[in-house]
Amino acid sequence: MMPILFAALQDAAVTAPAPALRAGLTVPLVLLVLLPLLGFVINGAIALAGPDSVLRRGGTDSTTARNPVVTVVGPGVLLASFAVAVSIFLKMRSLGAGAAGPLDAPLVVTFARWMPVGNLAIDWSLQLDQLSILMALVITGIGSLIHLFSIGYMRDDASYARYFAYLNLFVAFMLVLVLGGSYPVMFVGWEGVGLASYLLIGFWFGEKANVEAGKKAFVVNRVGDFGFLVAMFLIWVTTQQLDYVGAHAALGAMAGSPVVLAIALFLFLGCAGKSAQLPLYIWLPDAMAGPTPVSALIHAATMVTAGVYLVARAAPIFAGAPEASLVVTAVGALTAVFAATIALRQWDIKKVLAYSTVSQLGYMFMAVGSGAYTAGVFHLVTHAFFKALLFLGAGSVIHAMHHAYHQTHRRDDPQDLRNMGGLAKFMPATAVAMTLATLAIAGVPPLSGFFSKDEILSSLFARAQGSPLASASLLGIPGHTVLYAAYGLGVLTALLTAVYMTRMLMLTFGGSNRTGEAEQGALHEAPGIMTAPVLVLALLTVIGGWLNLPALIPIGPVGTLDAWLAPVTGASAARLGGTAHLDHNTELLLVGIAVVVGLVGILFGVLRYRAPIADKAHSPEDTGLLANAYRVDGMVDALIVRPFRGLADVILGRGVETGIDRAFSAGGTMLIRTAAFMGEKLQDGDVGKYAWMLAAGALALIAALTLS
Amino acid sequence: MIAEALIVSAILFVIGVVGVLTRRNAIILFMCAELMLNAVNLSFVALAKLHNVTGQVFVVMVMCIAAAEAAVGLAIVISVFRHFGTVNLSELRTLRG
Amino acid sequence: MNGFYEFQFYLFSLLAIASALLFVTRKNPVPAALWLVNVMFALAGLYVMLDAPFIGVIQVLVYAGAIMVVFVFVVMLLNLGRSELTDLRSLGARLGAGVVGLALLANLLVITRQRVPRVALAPPADNEVEAVAASLFTDYIVAFELTSLVLLVAVIGSVLLAKKRVRA
Repeated sequence: MMPILFAALQDAAVTAPAPALRAGLTVPLVLLVLLPLLGFVINGAIALAGPDSVLRRGGTDSTTARNPVVTVVGPGVLLASFAVAVSIFLKMRSLGAGAAGPLDAPLVVTFARWMPVGNLAIDWSLQLDQLSILMALVITGIGSLIHLFSIGYMRDDASYARYFAYLNLFVAFMLVLVLGGSYPVMFVGWEGVGLASYLLIGFWFGEKANVEAGKKAFVVNRVGDFGFLVAMFLIWVTTQQLDYVGAHAALGAMAGSPVVLAIALFLFLGCAGKSAQLPLYIWLPDAMAGPTPVSALIHAATMVTAGVYLVARAAPIFAGAPEASLVVTAVGALTAVFAATIALRQWDIKKVLAYSTVSQLGYMFMAVGSGAYTAGVFHLVTHAFFKALLFLGAGSVIHAMHHAYHQTHRRDDPQDLRNMGGLAKFMPATAVAMTLATLAIAGVPPLSGFFSKDEILSSLFARAQGSPLASASLLGIPGHTVLYAAYGLGVLTALLTAVYMTRMLMLTFGGSNRTGEAEQGALHEAPGIMTAPVLVLALLTVIGGWLNLPALIPIGPVGTLDAWLAPVTGASAARLGGTAHLDHNTELLLVGIAVVVGLVGILFGVLRYRAPIADKAHSPEDTGLLANAYRVDGMVDALIVRPFRGLADVILGRGVETGIDRAFSAGGTMLIRTAAFMGEKLQDGDVGKYAWMLAAGALALIAALTLS
Repeated sequence: MIAEALIVSAILFVIGVVGVLTRRNAIILFMCAELMLNAVNLSFVALAKLHNVTGQVFVVMVMCIAAAEAAVGLAIVISVFRHFGTVNLSELRTLRG
Repeated sequence: MNGFYEFQFYLFSLLAIASALLFVTRKNPVPAALWLVNVMFALAGLYVMLDAPFIGVIQVLVYAGAIMVVFVFVVMLLNLGRSELTDLRSLGARLGAGVVGLALLANLLVITRQRVPRVALAPPADNEVEAVAASLFTDYIVAFELTSLVLLVAVIGSVLLAKKRVRA
């Protein structure tokens, strides 16, 4: 396969930029995707051939834990990929990309024909532009940090090699997703990350609950995938093209038509599935069953952001369908506040973070829905920083708690907030890092979260005041109402976010320790390999805001990200947002409100949650509505799962199995038995019966004669 | 007259059929068969009047065969009676399929 | 003359049919046999009226006089007497048989009407016996010989079948 691939590279077709670029960027681009794939192959081979493998069930002690090859290869390929991504980025920068430079149009590298069927011709192609390289940097960068963290976290796990194999596979597919040059190639990545997510959520498949969670994630994602597929079909039917360059050009010309609206809505259905928006968010809290670094990478920083990336990538489509964009904004806003309310009452540290992720994704959709694509992507990046940090920090905490319980042979929940407390004195570095992350997510300046969140809210407000989007209407509701409402919900969510994150911080690190006397001796900071990535992420959380400083606060270069992404999303943003602009005073006011809200939330959290509480064993079970996430899972079970099961029972169980299967297997015998039975009855020695048959036969013959 | 003769023949034949279907006594059954043969003879004779004398020749044949059949059949009935003690057909069912 | 002929014809027909009906409804085999003999007599009359006197005579001689005698003979031999109550089949069977019979009759009548032309009776041939004999011993000589063979087989067979097994 490799020779064929390289041969294909020789005559790979390139569009737009100068030929000088081609040799320079094509190979690195391919390398970027192939390196993690190579990691998957090597780690997978070790997992399969190693002592732990299913192919070779050795003794019960066999394990790939701490396998040195895996330790080098797993994170190694990621770091190498990151290096390649950085080099590509620098090359693009040096070419003056971002301004009207040679990279004004994307670099599309086509390798081979994938599906030539009739007049449908889909190619394997990768597209390199400002948006895709940014995503690739985030994926490989944060991915590397998480891989390094995993070396420590999963060190003693028997399936060490399998873990890294799956993690590498995930990164490979995620890169295909963001670097794909057409919708089908993106869909390959889309499905691939879904697969990797399923494999990693159910990583410890000995526990049924983990397997169920993996299944749930996959099935709910499928609903979204259906939307994506239908959108692709519609794009094909309408434009006969599926690559970004061609399809977007064609669809852009059809802006405003019902077809474009339909395509946009179906694409958003796909996003809702992958990025856990209402009503397809239900898989994400359950996905916390997987190892914590997995939650950090997949369910915080990268996979769930695929939906946001899709909207940004398909910006020409969404810009041509203002109603769909309003839908995206509305759903994002509702999800944000909905998830935030649930997070207020979760007792599992990872569940708090999971709902927080859903809520923050809502923010991102609010942004890209309203045409502020840069703001959405900016928040994507900063959220990746502080959410990964939060998850890794939680991972360190859980690691320590688990270790402590293991030492004292106590069976209790290491992830429950009620069992934590006062951990700051045992794990100071982690505590500081997570405090920074909490401040960032609450929107405290000058941390990164403040800048990105604020940009979203300001953009919403600005567009609500007057823009093409505000003039559109959604089911009779005028656009500006939707946008103002979204802004309001965004502010409310900011308040709630500050409260629940502070709660989490207080219950984990503040107050007195509830873990237990015996365990306290075993609580300590995580090993260096785990703490180092956490600290790196903390640094990024602090300085991340520099990526896109607003004109209001020119402490550094203003609008770097804006300028960088302009060639990709600028036109669409202008289409929806027009020349929406806030005047200086309004903007200052909005910033002020956001900061005040954040600080009020933090203060409230500190005051409310510093009172001591009981540990989990001594607390009554929380049956409240919020703690049970509005009992949505129960509703889904009753309204969808059970009826389907019942239907399947009837159709398959009773219909097919008893009806058709029996007909084929037992039917043959029954046929013969019936024939034999009839034969037996006809020849039983009763002469009278024979006489009857004779008479009847004769009558029939004569009747035939008469009637003929 | 020929048509009437044929009608009478048909009636007699049908009576014979009904008799075969209704009775269980073997000898009575035989006699019903004889009745049917007679009806057919009448048919032949009537049609011989319509066509040529072959019909009557055939009647002679039928009678001979009827005689042979009666002889053999009654011999069987006697044999059966000796063996089973009855000529009731419902009770003679050993020749099963 | 014709009217008298028709009257006679219908009289004999009626006799035959009535005797037949009586025959099938008798429980006792002996009266049944006798009623059958009566049928044969009536039929013999009909044969004569249809210009087949030879047939009529041998009907009486052979059928009534030999075959039926054998029947009565066997009945007496087996000492059947009044048959058991279960000789006649059930009411359902009788009704069914009646239906089948009527259906058959209807069919036969229709066929008769369709295929048999209504022609006047031809005058009787001069020497019917001669005609029969001529046809029998020339055109159908093979059948004749075979019939005698059948009769021989029947004789042997019935003797064998009815013989008492003397050996143990």
